[in-house]
Amino acid sequence: MTKRDYSLLGTDGARAVETGLAAAEWYHTDVPRKVMKDLMARKDGPAIRDTIILYGCMIAFAAAGIALWGTWWCLPFWLAYGVLYGSASDSRWHECGHGTAFRTAWMNDVVHEIASFMIMRNSATWRWSHARHHTDTYIVGRDPEIAIMRPPVFAKLIGSFFGIPEVIAFFPRMIRNALFGPTEDEKTFVPQSQWAKVRRVAQIYAAIYAATLALALWSGSILPLMVIGLPRMYGAWHHVMTGLLQHGGLAENVVDHRLNTRSVLMNPISRFIYWNMNYHVEHHMFPMVPYHALPRLHEIIKHDLPAPNRSIAEAFREMWPALRRQLANEDYFLGRTLPPTAKPYRTDFHKAALGQALPAE
Amino acid sequence: MPNGIGACATDDINPEDLIRFDHAGATDAIYHAPDGRFYATAGLCTHENVHLCDGLVMGHLVECPKHNGQFDDRTGAAKRAPVCLNLKTFATRIQGDAVFIELP
Repeated sequence: MTKRDYSLLGTDGARAVETGLAAAEWYHTDVPRKVMKDLMARKDGPAIRDTIILYGCMIAFAAAGIALWGTWWCLPFWLAYGVLYGSASDSRWHECGHGTAFRTAWMNDVVHEIASFMIMRNSATWRWSHARHHTDTYIVGRDPEIAIMRPPVFAKLIGSFFGIPEVIAFFPRMIRNALFGPTEDEKTFVPQSQWAKVRRVAQIYAAIYAATLALALWSGSILPLMVIGLPRMYGAWHHVMTGLLQHGGLAENVVDHRLNTRSVLMNPISRFIYWNMNYHVEHHMFPMVPYHALPRLHEIIKHDLPAPNRSIAEAFREMWPALRRQLANEDYFLGRTLPPTAKPYRTDFHKAALGQALPAE
Repeated sequence: MPNGIGACATDDINPEDLIRFDHAGATDAIYHAPDGRFYATAGLCTHENVHLCDGLVMGHLVECPKHNGQFDDRTGAAKRAPVCLNLKTFATRIQGDAVFIELP
């Protein structure tokens, strides 16, 4: 059994560079140029509509929660507000960070900054970590966004549904960033020209949280924290539920997103919160296709992809037992079966990279 | 034009689009701009060596298909993170219906 070193400064990362796993050429399904240009075309309309709905609902739910504060009737409004704050902000951070949600660049930037603050991710740092995630998706020692490292730590995974480990990690890092700029591991993927921005963003976040906390202390109520900060915890469950499915239980150290990424068919409300990132294989294969075009992309390339899971529940029934098996055997993963119409890609390379790993039975 | 190399026909590239041009072990990109002019740059993104020919052209901006870094196809200037380094550019010349680029 192989012990993995997920550190960005460790031996697995160095080996990935030596063997060509890092910054490799990844598989793409053939899509005619004209069709792909049409899919990549930017629009403002869908994202403006969705943003008005999102922020409109957040204002309405928070207002109702505040008005009904002190009674049990406020509970459903805070739960709804929390999911939009603590989960929809994840997908908005993601899509606007890619710069694909809106056609107009400043709209992407504004929503990206707001969403980054809400999800407690330094907007300057995480833009770069996500670029690395797309370059080296689930390459051990290279990808800074591996959500489930092997062996899985279930207490941490379950805690993530309430944002506990992330929030605990965020505040010391924010203070560290605000005082000194990026950490040593962050410097491996954030270029030096951006280090001052990392620091400035952290200082702004720290100021907002300090003001919110001061207001709560001054008023003798946690209500300000129910609006800013705490919903990152009580509303995190949805983005963790969908996010763990992206790559959980699947192969590491392959250069084919069909083998290390999962697409899941979901209900319309989850797709609104998640901004269609349930089409995750499609997103990784063609990251510049905006969220609103992903269902169309799925229809065009599904002949070349493993069949998507048919629901969130079905995907968890597949993933969770695999994670439990990884407790005993870190090399275990779920092998993906490509349809007969799919093209295989670098089979020998993957065999060498995966070594004696055991595919799913 | 010294070292001018016939790269493609003018109608090989749709307006506001680009094609890949491989020559002597290097990869370049040739653009047909909305103003009708043709431009040429190095063909790989300066961030992660991704082929720009799969990216989207919007006006004079070409977008890397992997990380959304953007360059100005006229000057090669890096315009959006994560790209920080500019692209090399090459002069172009139209002769008849052929596009020539001047390579070093």
